Parts: sequence; structure tokens; C-alpha cells
Amino acid sequence: MTALLEVEDLHVEFRTRDGVARVLNGVSYHVDAGETLAVLGESGSGKSVTAQTVMGILDTPPAHVTKGSVRFRGEDLLTAKPERRREVRAEGIAMIFQDALSALNPVFTVGFQIEEQLRLRRGMSRSEARARAVELLDLVRIPHARQRVREYPHQFSGGMRQRAMIAMSLALDPEVLIADEPTTALDVTVQAQIMDLLAEIQRERHMGLVLITHDLGVVAEVADRIVVMYAGRIVEQSDALSLFRSPGHPYTAALMKSLPRLDDKGAALDTIKGLPPSLLRIPPGCPFHPRCPRAEDVCSAEVPAPARLGLGRTSACHFAAEVLNG
Amino acid sequence: MTDQIAVLAPDKPRGLFGDAWHALRSRPLFWVSTSLILLVVLMAVFPSLFTAADPGLAQLSRSRQPPSSDAWFGFDNQGYDIYARVIHGARASIVVGVLATAGVVVLGSTIGILAGFYGRWLDAVVSRIADIFVGVPFVLGAIVILTTLNASGGAGPVRIVAQVVLSLVVLSWPVSMRIMRSTAIAAKQQDYVKAARALGASPRRIIFKHMLPNCVAPVLVYSTIALGAFIGVEATLSYLGIGLRQPVVSWGVMINSAKDYLRVAPHALLFPAGFLTATVLAFVMLGDAVREALDPKLR
Amino acid sequence: MAELLEVQDLVKHFPVTRGVLFKRAIGQVRAVDGVSFTLSAGETLGVVGESGCGKSTLAQVLMLLEPPTSGSARFEGEPMFAMRGSALRALRRNMQIVLQDPYTSLNPRMTVGDIVGEPFEIHPEAAPKGSRTTRVRELLDVVGLNPEHINRYPHQFSGGQRQRIGIARALALRPKVIVCDEPVSALDVSIQAQVMNLLRDLQSEFGLAYVFIAHDLSVVRHLSDRVAVMYLGKIVEIGTEEEIYQHPTHPYTQALLSAVPVADPALRGQRDVIRLTGDVPSPIDPPSGCRFRTRCWKARDVCAEEEPALVDRGGHLSACHFAEERSVVP
Ligand SMILES: Nc1ncnc2c1ncn2[C@@H]1O[C@H](COP(=O)(O)OP(=O)(O)OP(=O)(O)O)[C@@H](O)[C@H]1O
Ligand SMILES: Nc1ncnc2c1ncn2[C@@H]1O[C@H](COP(=O)(O)OP(=O)(O)O)[C@@H](O)[C@H]1O
Ligand code: SF4
Ligand code: SF4
Ligand SMILES: [Mg+2]
Ligand SMILES: [Mg+2]
Repeated sequence: MTALLEVEDLHVEFRTRDGVARVLNGVSYHVDAGETLAVLGESGSGKSVTAQTVMGILDTPPAHVTKGSVRFRGEDLLTAKPERRREVRAEGIAMIFQDALSALNPVFTVGFQIEEQLRLRRGMSRSEARARAVELLDLVRIPHARQRVREYPHQFSGGMRQRAMIAMSLALDPEVLIADEPTTALDVTVQAQIMDLLAEIQRERHMGLVLITHDLGVVAEVADRIVVMYAGRIVEQSDALSLFRSPGHPYTAALMKSLPRLDDKGAALDTIKGLPPSLLRIPPGCPFHPRCPRAEDVCSAEVPAPARLGLGRTSACHFAAEVLNG
Repeated sequence: MTDQIAVLAPDKPRGLFGDAWHALRSRPLFWVSTSLILLVVLMAVFPSLFTAADPGLAQLSRSRQPPSSDAWFGFDNQGYDIYARVIHGARASIVVGVLATAGVVVLGSTIGILAGFYGRWLDAVVSRIADIFVGVPFVLGAIVILTTLNASGGAGPVRIVAQVVLSLVVLSWPVSMRIMRSTAIAAKQQDYVKAARALGASPRRIIFKHMLPNCVAPVLVYSTIALGAFIGVEATLSYLGIGLRQPVVSWGVMINSAKDYLRVAPHALLFPAGFLTATVLAFVMLGDAVREALDPKLR
Repeated sequence: MAELLEVQDLVKHFPVTRGVLFKRAIGQVRAVDGVSFTLSAGETLGVVGESGCGKSTLAQVLMLLEPPTSGSARFEGEPMFAMRGSALRALRRNMQIVLQDPYTSLNPRMTVGDIVGEPFEIHPEAAPKGSRTTRVRELLDVVGLNPEHINRYPHQFSGGQRQRIGIARALALRPKVIVCDEPVSALDVSIQAQVMNLLRDLQSEFGLAYVFIAHDLSVVRHLSDRVAVMYLGKIVEIGTEEEIYQHPTHPYTQALLSAVPVADPALRGQRDVIRLTGDVPSPIDPPSGCRFRTRCWKARDVCAEEEPALVDRGGHLSACHFAEERSVVP
């Protein structure tokens, strides 16, 4: 069976004045219909670059895709003809961004921006498109959608802008929705509303949802499967329950321990020493080894291959099995 | 985007200007414009390096002679050696440009940074005054100022230059004031200024240590472009007969005296005009290069 | 002994103006609207609330960066807002601030040494007798930075390291209180933990008191002894960390806590879920009576008519007519 959206062995580098930054070093993941895949990682780990490669909105140059494929229903988008690529992306995959204000065009009304795609791609008339835009705004629970469809993005609050973005991304009934940190800029109460909305829409439409985030809490609440990224690699891949019960990679384990808890004041936090590596000079062997509490000599010499830890679980660590068992 | 920026940054400490210099060095535009500017400056400071001829010597017998091997640019209507006058004319043009720019930058930035820092009524008053000056059409304003200052006529060269510089400064300071004011307002809201205020730093310290170093870049860029523009304006005013005039030699004065004989002696206009255009262009190009070098987003 | 810091009915309104030539006020942003609390030596008071509820404004007024509209604050019993001259300088030494954005809170044109040493330039009376450089190096060491990096510029450090530089600057004059305005919000999880541990260690080492502002409720719980919850310029509930998190009585606190995602998928669908509708209303024209009533599921007529006072309701202070404990944290 082919997955709905599949990224395989993606390598991307940025050629900058200071050298070549190897931003993605073999990223593979897939998402099926009706499934929520969370891409978890700290800033700079390559989450957004992966998503931008999938969407074909990466700035090239400075970016160069040096290897890998992005397949939608089995069709490779990186090698497809430009028109075909645009068509697949417009119809099949939609994306929402962290900063909804800058993703919406300030000089057009929210309604116009939704209607534009409908008229362009669906050949709807003005009035049909307007009616559909109101429906969509209603769907994402913007109150008084009929009036608000005529307003400009700056007249919307942060939460409403993100709702408008979601409405816009749903206009062409995409099969996959990529959400790049959709709630990072929002307050918790609004974040909860937006996450509920996304989960509900995803369930109803049986969409594939790729949720990019750095927030372990958000991941725990909605994800079916999780991939954890570090320095442009997937270090761990797992279903949500097992990952939180027993992480299979030292980085994931350390990340969980460094999180303050809501239900307990707790003593000093466990920290991960040092900083994420410079992508210009990724450490040899396992990229996590300078910060890893379990590192041994082999770690700086050999790049660990993803080890299978059970059904659909992998961990790119030389001692994956030991880590998993505590 | 938090940590990776720092991680990508080079290890060697480099300040604003170090970085800018690094970026400038690799730009052909920068080298072309600075070479041109250096040449013109050399002409202004040591005209004798370029010509032995006397720019004040009128040989009416050679009036309107075309370029030849002993007078490369020929002679004008009065029988002046055009080459010698172009070389000697650089000085007045450069002096006017540099002094006017310095005046505009110093006056405008000082007012601008104070208005930006103190805000409130000071800012309101200064901004309104600036609006009034901006509202005056430039050439009209210059005509009014220069004719008023020089109603009696017969001023010496130094006075004429001073008057032209003064009128340029009076009419142009609002531009640099506005640039400085808006960067100062932005800088004032930066957290590092808040932190300094929380420490109890004096206004003087905040302005000189925290705001000025972070605000100079835009004004600096403006000043290179303004320098070119002022040299052009000097020529315009001279052409109109209200700027520099005899006995001062400048490109504008030359263009002015050549305009009536354009058909019979085009070379008398062509050479000073060519030098003027090249110089103005060189400064504008330099300004462009500096602007790009100082703006990290454009590097 | 009196409390270190006592704040009474603090109000800060910003005028909303229209017009260029003749500015006229068309309203007031009620950023902070009657806030009272105390802080004792060595204690941490956490302040939480959604964006725009007045947390940063409170910090700015406390640091005398903005004049208050009304209200009073005392530092060691002395009224702060009336201080001038040497009393004010002494206050500046005793109260310091750490700001949120590690990228804008350090002057990009100064070296780390100049930044951390600046407090001594401004307060020569508090400068070390011997070499200032030695003291600056010590400070860098205390916050976990390499003292060898004293001549580097801020852009050569990562976000977490820059936040440490900001902390070193705040520590230089040995203050008694540090107001931390979202000091870890801009940091990655792994770096956030390092900075939180640092703040904790410094507190026990130097006996510091913190006013710790953040919007992340877990972060606030981890560091605070007492917690104040703000909504639209007012404190709606204040109590010990245990009281606020385990026994919240104000509907807003309960909703806020319930909205925090918990990093445990096993608890999915088992938690007490309270979902607020809508956004925070504008602070220019806040609702009458209880400001939370437009989003409150318990609101009744009395809530629109009468503003609930912040008084002891079931063990700690809460500003709700129908305060009632409801445990939402698993
Ligand atoms: N200088 C100012 N002029 C006018 N209004 C202001 C000013 N500073 C803050 N405000 C307003 O006061 C209110 C409170 O702002 P404040 O920055 O204190 O919020 P906050 O709780 O710190 O929010 P955040 O979590 O986003 O930092 C907001 O509505 C804000 O727009
Ligand atoms: N336009 C660009 N030029 C150079 N480097 C870039 C650019 N965009 C992203 N990068 C680098 O790629 C890496 C991964 O970035 P990104 O995918 O945005 O991370 P995140 O996981 O936070 O989404 C970072 O080191 C970032 O600096
Ligand atoms: S391979 Fe070695 S360094 Fe890498 S995560 Fe595993 S134990 Fe740590
Ligand atoms: S006073 Fe009324 S509106 Fe306000 S929180 Fe209590 S119940 Fe809700
Ligand atoms: Mg990103
Ligand atoms: Mg704030």
C-alpha cells in the first residue's frame, strides 16, 4: 500500500557565505489518510524546511535539494513537471503557518483571499465563491461570518486569523494538511480551541494531518504517530502512546525530563547540556553525541542507523534497545 | 529560529562596520565608485597634479576652439582652458557637497535623535517645523534665501560658497532629521534601552552609548547619496545664476556660462556636465553599496 | 519586618489618541487596573495571564520605566514612586529586570564585557574596589558562561546564552529583587530548563526575590512560591503555588489550567476539559462588573452589575462571586 504523502531520504543543504549548512540529512516520514503525524523538534532541527520542500516553497537558492523524494499518492513531486506539481499541491496538500498575520495578504479582505482560489481552481462565480467562503468561515467558527468575510486580516484577533488561515487551507478540500506550529503564537486558551478545531476537521474529512511543533504537550494530546527530529535527522519514530511511555532515543528521553510539569512543582529539572550543533559543522557519528548522557566511543565514530524497536518504531541510536528498556 | 542564527555566525568578533567592510570588499560597484570619488577628491585637493594651465587665464583669441592636443577639452566662449577649469572646478563642487552634507547630517541627526528620544512636545514642535521646510519647493527656497542674503552683490568666493552651503543645509536638514528620528524611536523601544534605563542610566549615556551607535547606519547611507545630490544642486543653482559665480570656478558655473553657446561650442558644456554626472553617479552608487552592506538582510 | 515590596491599587492607563496635529484622547487602554500584592525577601511571585493582560506593563511600572497612573508601591517600606536622587539610585541597585527577547535585550554594538560591566559605570559607588574586569568575569562564570568570551558580541551567542548575559547584567549590582518578564519564553525546551535551573540556583545563592512573569503555567509553577493570575489588567486569583494549581476557585484560572496540554497521551480524554469561547476583550473597553463574564460559563446577572472583590474565598484570594474549588490538573 502506498502512503498518502511520503517523504523519503530527503537531503537539503543551504549554501551560504559561511559554508554549506546541511539542514536535512535523510529525512523520511509518511502520513496516511485520517492520521495525525506530529513532527517534533527544537528550533533549527529542520521541521519547517522539510514542510517547505514538500510544498515546493523552499527558496532555491540558497537551498538545494540534493537527494530524496516527496511522493503524493505514489507520484514523485520533486521530479514531476512544474504544472503537475502545482496542480497536485494546490488540490492535494495545503499548509498553514505559525504567523497567520504575515501569511495573509493585508491589502485584501479575508473573504477575497478564500474566494480567489475557488474562482481560479473551481471556476466558481463571485457569488458562489462568496457563499462558500462564508460557509468555510462558519466551519472554523468565526462568529458573524457573513459580516466578517468582508474584513481585512488586521481586523481579526490572533486566534481568528489562524481560523481564517485554516478556512483558507480547507477551501480546495485538501487530502493532507501541513500545520507548521499553528498555535505557537497563541495563548493557551486559544491554542486549545484551535487544536480542537483541527482535530475535529481532520476526523470529519479523514485528512492526513502533519502537525509540526516543539510542544510535547500538544503532541501528546493529538498525535497518532510522532517523528522526533534533531539536526536534520529523524532520531525517533513511534506511535504516541509508546513514545511517551518509554522513549527509545536518549534525546527524546532527555527532552521529556527537561520539561517542567503542570501537576507538580518538582525539584531541579534535568537539562540537556550544551547547544544544538551548528549545521555547518555537524559532529561526526551520532550528531547528538556531544550532549548525550549515554555516549560511548562508537557514537562519535559511526552514524547510528535507525534500529527497529517493534511495530512502526525506530530509533537512530547505537543503544536503542537499552534506552527503551530504561 | 533562535539558536541556529548564532550557531551559523562566524567566530571572529566583528562589529557593524567590520561586517559592512567585509561585505563591501567583494562588491565591484563599491570599487568603481570609490576610485572615481578618489580621483575627483585628488583633483579638488591637488589640481596642479593634473594641469599646469591657469584656469583664470582668458585668451579671447582662442575663444570656442575645439579640443586639441595642447588643450584637451578646448576653450570656451571667454577663451578659458576648459580642461584646466574642469580640474579646478572640482574643488568648489566638492567643498559645497561635503560642507552641506556635514551640516545637514550634524544638524538633522542631532535634532532627530533628541526628538526621537524625548518625544512629546519637543518631537511635535520639531516635526511640524520640519514639515514646513519640506513644504517649501527646494529651488524656490534657495532663490529666496540666496537673493536675500546677497541683495547687495559683490561677495567674495568664500562668502558665496558659505551662502550656498547655508541654503542647502537650511532646506535639507528635515530629511536627515526624519531618518534619524524614526530610527531613534525604533531604537528607544528596544529592550536594551529599557534595560539601561532600569539600571538608572542618564539620558546622555542612553543617547550616546545605546542609541547613536545603532542609529547611524541609515543616516550614513543617506549622507553618501546626499553628497552626490548636493553637488548636482550646486550646479543647478549656479546654472540659474543664483549659486556660485565668477570669480569662483565650479562645474555649475561653467555649465551656466556655456549654455548660451551650446550650438557653436557644445564641448564647453559637455565636459563639465560629464564630470558632474559621473561624480554624482559615483556617490549614489557608493550610497547604494553602503546601504546594502549595512543592512544584514540584504547581504 | 515589613515586606520587601508592597504594591497597592496600582493603575496604569495608556491614552489612545487620534489625530496628528492635535492629539486628542479617545479612550484609555486599561493595561493595569488596580493591582495589589506583596513580595517578601527571597520569595518568588509568579504572574500568569494571557497576552495583553498587563503583565509587561506591570513590570515596567514596577521598574519605574513608566509612571503609574495611580496607586502606590513601597520598597522596604519606602514609597517608590516619590523617590528622587540618591534614594532612587539605591532603588535601581536593588531592583533589576530580565527581559523576554534575548535578541533585542542586549545592545548589538557592545561587547559582553561592556554589557555586564555597564551597571558599574552607571553606579560607580557600587563598583568593585579592584578590577571591574575580574568582577565581570566572575559574573559570567556565575551564570555559566565562559569568562574568556568577554570580548565577544551578543550576536555570537545563542538565545539561551544571551539570556544568561542578561541575567549576569541584572545580577551585577547584587539586587534584592529581579523582575523577570518572560525570561524563558523565547527559548527552546532544552535551553529553557538550563535557564530555569540557573534562576533557581541564583535565588538560593543570593537570596533573591523574583517577580516571575510568564504565560507558560508549568514554568511558573516550577519556579514560584506564590502565583497571581491576571485577566484584563486585574489579579483575579492569588495564592500559593499549591492553592492555585491544586485548588483553583476562579473560573478563569480553572479554564487556563485546563487548556494546558499535558505531555501524557494516556490522560487523553480523561481530563476535566473547560473550553472558553472567544478571545480576551479589548482592554480599552472592558466588560462591566466582572471582566471575565463575557467568556465565563458561570456568569449570572450579578456578574455584570457588581465587580467581585479580590477577597479570601475558601482559603485564598479570588475575585469571583461564585468562587468554588474545581480541580482540573490531573
Ligand atoms: N505604550 C503603550 N501604549 C498604549 N497601550 C499599551 C502600551 N503598552 C502596552 N499597552 C497595552 O496594554 C495592554 C497590556 O499590555 P502588556 O504588554 O502589559 O501585556 P502582557 O500581559 O505583557 O502581554 P504579553 O503576554 O503579550 O507580553 C495591552 O492591551 C497593550 O496593547
Ligand atoms: N533561507 C535560509 N537560508 C539559510 N539557512 C536557512 C534558511 N532557512 C532555514 N535555514 C536553516 O535551516 C535550518 C532548519 O530550519 P527550519 O526547518 O526552519 O527549523 P525548524 O525546525 O525550527 O522549523 C536552520 O538551521 C536554519 O537556520
Ligand atoms: S548513538 Fe550514542 S550518542 Fe547517539 S544517542 Fe545513542 S547513545 Fe547517544
Ligand atoms: S464573577 Fe461571575 S462572571 Fe466573574 S468569574 Fe465569577 S461567575 Fe464568572
Ligand atoms: Mg519552524
Ligand atoms: Mg509581555
